[in-house]
Amino acid sequence: MNREDFPMISDKLIYFDNGATTLKSNSVINSMIDYYSKFTSNIHRGDYDAALMTNELYDSARDTVREFVNAKDSEVIFTSGTTMSINYLVTSFMKNHLKKGDVVLLNKAEHASNVLPWFRLKEEIGIEIEYIPLTEEFEIDLDSLEKMINNKVKVISIAHVSNVIGDVRDIKSISKLCKSNNIYLCVDGAQSIPHMSVDFDGLGIDFLSFSAHKMIGPTGVGCLVVRRELSKDMKPIFLGGGMNLDFYNDGSYELHSDETRFEAGTPPIGEVIGLREAILYLEKIGMDKIHKYEVELKKYLVSKLEKNNKIIMYNKTSHSGILSFNVDGVFAQDVSIYLNKHNICVRAGNHCAKLLDEEIGVSNTVRVSLYFYNTKEEIDKLVEVLDNDNILREVI
Amino acid sequence: MDENLKRDIIIDNYQNPMNKELIDDSSYLKVNQASESCIDNLDFMMKIEDNIVKDIRFDGEACAISTSASSIMIRSLIGKDIDYVKKLLTNYKNMIEEKDYDKELLGELLVYDTISKQPNRIKCALVPLEAINKMLEELDEKKI
Repeated sequence: MNREDFPMISDKLIYFDNGATTLKSNSVINSMIDYYSKFTSNIHRGDYDAALMTNELYDSARDTVREFVNAKDSEVIFTSGTTMSINYLVTSFMKNHLKKGDVVLLNKAEHASNVLPWFRLKEEIGIEIEYIPLTEEFEIDLDSLEKMINNKVKVISIAHVSNVIGDVRDIKSISKLCKSNNIYLCVDGAQSIPHMSVDFDGLGIDFLSFSAHKMIGPTGVGCLVVRRELSKDMKPIFLGGGMNLDFYNDGSYELHSDETRFEAGTPPIGEVIGLREAILYLEKIGMDKIHKYEVELKKYLVSKLEKNNKIIMYNKTSHSGILSFNVDGVFAQDVSIYLNKHNICVRAGNHCAKLLDEEIGVSNTVRVSLYFYNTKEEIDKLVEVLDNDNILREVI
Repeated sequence: MDENLKRDIIIDNYQNPMNKELIDDSSYLKVNQASESCIDNLDFMMKIEDNIVKDIRFDGEACAISTSASSIMIRSLIGKDIDYVKKLLTNYKNMIEEKDYDKELLGELLVYDTISKQPNRIKCALVPLEAINKMLEELDEKKI
């Protein structure tokens, strides 16, 4: 749907790498061109018309995000993306609130950005990391999770939708466990926010991270949404202009009371404006409609690929637009290079989930990740070119 | 070389690679060759005695080009002295980088003589070369 709004879409290109980044709509691109060509100015400084316009768009972007994820009494901090958001919450909050021996629960399907910051915290303050077991379908085993809860467990940090398996985690149930056991719940929304309706307040999330570029927005910007009662205890990592009220000769200083205290220096203004436009665009289609359509597309893809006995699929049933597979006898990257010869963009590799290979028994897969602008006709083309006994021969 | 023959040789070496199995032997030099730009990740081990390459082995996950190149290179180098090995590696690198090289020396490795036309494959073809070079450097350091 809405293919005409995306300038990169054409009959000559099939873009199935939406888990990595998505295409950008004309509305998003134009909103940024307007900022850079018609009203470039810094925020919260100038008294001229262009600056007032920029202020309005930048500030309203924060409210747009707040409404989009339903985080009424929470702070929305602009970051460079999901990775920075998770690093930020670990460094500015967890490092000051956890102590040696406290347990953080992760799982082996997590992306590097939700693993490595915790690894370093372990090095720095001696937290313990434990992994929630995965089921045979490589999804989170809630029964096992419940049994892992004890008074040492202080954090569960988890992707809402895993970027390799594409399973939608039951955040509501996990959140209930967290609430009744005083556990902080950190949700990586990089693969959920762009594709489905996410209710921050309703799900009971404490920290939510996501990126604009995976939801038709620009690179370089993302969000960290934090419940206000927690964000008041977060220490800004960066200090400088735009975040202080005043500072004095005796070395004391006062910070802003709103989210700008976490956004020292000139933020990515054009990109925040682009993110705002992206959300307005997605809302116009409707997140439930997007999710339903993607799940339908994936089912179609799976049903078609099932007829090809050379295809090994790893996550046929997960409820999202992500399918990971291999072609028997052909290395994942060779498949990806072969598909490029047919102008089909997919991703090959471990998809930054380097602990997952122990679970699924293969290090590398081909990943097709769908978005609302993909079509059944594009899937037919993929299925057709994969129905070829000479892939290896044609790729070398 | 005929393009179809090249493909046959590459596929044969990908599907039935020479010495694609590591062994537990501390007398071997060892190196991991993982690419930062692609997903190839291979371990290599090499045994040198009296200046002669006695054995080279490898294992791991890698594409058709780097796997086959490792297999062909291993076959070309076992039993040769180190001076010859270095000369062959230099000529192989020159071929991949479109510089002058000695065709006679490279034998079956000539299947990659046009790989430079596929820029995303150049690094794959260089995986075994870099691994063996690293092990030779390690050997030189040991001698010093």
